[in-house]
Amino acid sequence: MVKVLTPRDFGSHPAYIDKNYRSTALRGPTRPLIPIRGISLAAPVYGHDRVSAGDADLTANGRKDGDPQGERIIVTGRVLDDAGRPLANTLVEIWQANAAGRYIHVVDQHPAPIDPNFFGGGRCLTDDQGRYRFVTIKPGAYPWGNHANAWRPNHIHFSVFGHQFGQRLVTQMYFPGDPLLALDPIYLGVPAKSRERMVAQFSIDATKENYALGYVFDIVLRGESATPWENHA
Amino acid sequence: MSNDHPLGQTPSQTVGPFFAYGLTPEQYGYNWPSIAGPEMADEATAGERIIFEGCVFDGAGQPVTDALIEIWQADGAGTYATAQGRNTGFTGFGRAGTGVAGDGVFRFATIKPGAPSATEAPHINIILTMRGLLMHTFTRAYFDGEARNARDPVLAQVPADRRSTLLARQSAPGVWRFDIHMQGESETVFFDL
Ligand SMILES: [Fe+3]
Repeated sequence: MVKVLTPRDFGSHPAYIDKNYRSTALRGPTRPLIPIRGISLAAPVYGHDRVSAGDADLTANGRKDGDPQGERIIVTGRVLDDAGRPLANTLVEIWQANAAGRYIHVVDQHPAPIDPNFFGGGRCLTDDQGRYRFVTIKPGAYPWGNHANAWRPNHIHFSVFGHQFGQRLVTQMYFPGDPLLALDPIYLGVPAKSRERMVAQFSIDATKENYALGYVFDIVLRGESATPWENHA
Repeated sequence: MSNDHPLGQTPSQTVGPFFAYGLTPEQYGYNWPSIAGPEMADEATAGERIIFEGCVFDGAGQPVTDALIEIWQADGAGTYATAQGRNTGFTGFGRAGTGVAGDGVFRFATIKPGAPSATEAPHINIILTMRGLLMHTFTRAYFDGEARNARDPVLAQVPADRRSTLLARQSAPGVWRFDIHMQGESETVFFDL
């Protein structure tokens, strides 16, 4: 029996070409995607063995001679399918700017300080409840060249695989109450009904007393369909 | 969404320009192990060793130097690795950014995949992301001249005049070239799967 995924819900995702996000103009495909049905392909086998426990603590994995600067936070949540079933043992990777809004990436020329004790990359595998958890530093906002006085809201980049090839997702997590969200073409490129799914929620339960505020960000991937495609049309 | 699927899908966002240290750290010289890279096969891997390379071109014909290519393929016998086991020590999963060589090229050292089933032609599955792409795209590279292409069920769903965009071509012995065009006359076929 072929496992099929629920269709990608295009009404929840951004369009490929968005006039307010300039780089999409020459990079988004212009022709309709060609649907291929009945394909069942498991997610890639990657180097599970290269993910180590320390990779999920970004306050420690780039440490040279002291603590990284900034506000420590905990970011946790579950990877679920759209039926609410947890996806266990799946890879979650993140990368982000430091507290000052500067990436370690060599191409980032924003004149904000590099933090010698912060790398900004992390990863972990979800547990049997689909849960992941990172300890990190709240990333700063940073300017970009899209339009005059353009700033990216505070965000953490996420990459998730799921269990099927078609579940692959690359997204960004935002923070509640950020005034830059209302001005950000990348966030606003997502239809209004689904934007807030990218905004983490503050959680006192995820907060570690005397240590770090907690944010919860659940990630929902396409699910394995119980019924054939035809019935979903 | 039906009642079976009450939760809304998390929207996609661009990978942005700064993924390299997080997703392809070794390839870009950062001091952190990559979970996968462009070197997918070693001396012990069975199968025909190939270089699979190409360039991503934007709508102005310029090479994209901040794209991330992920490939996922069967081994030489047509078998995909599973979490339970690998036949050959070969996972079949590779990752490469296009920002290292300076010319926008991605280059995987891998093996030529076998046909995954009696009806399919050998192919490499590709996930492409980049700055300026709000949702990743899927495509496939088939091998030019392969007789099985004629009856591959996925190629059959592609209009005949666009099938050539899915063909890797041999550019030198053991080197297969697969360029991806985001737009224009020869816009690559991208799939919704
Ligand atoms: Fe960013």
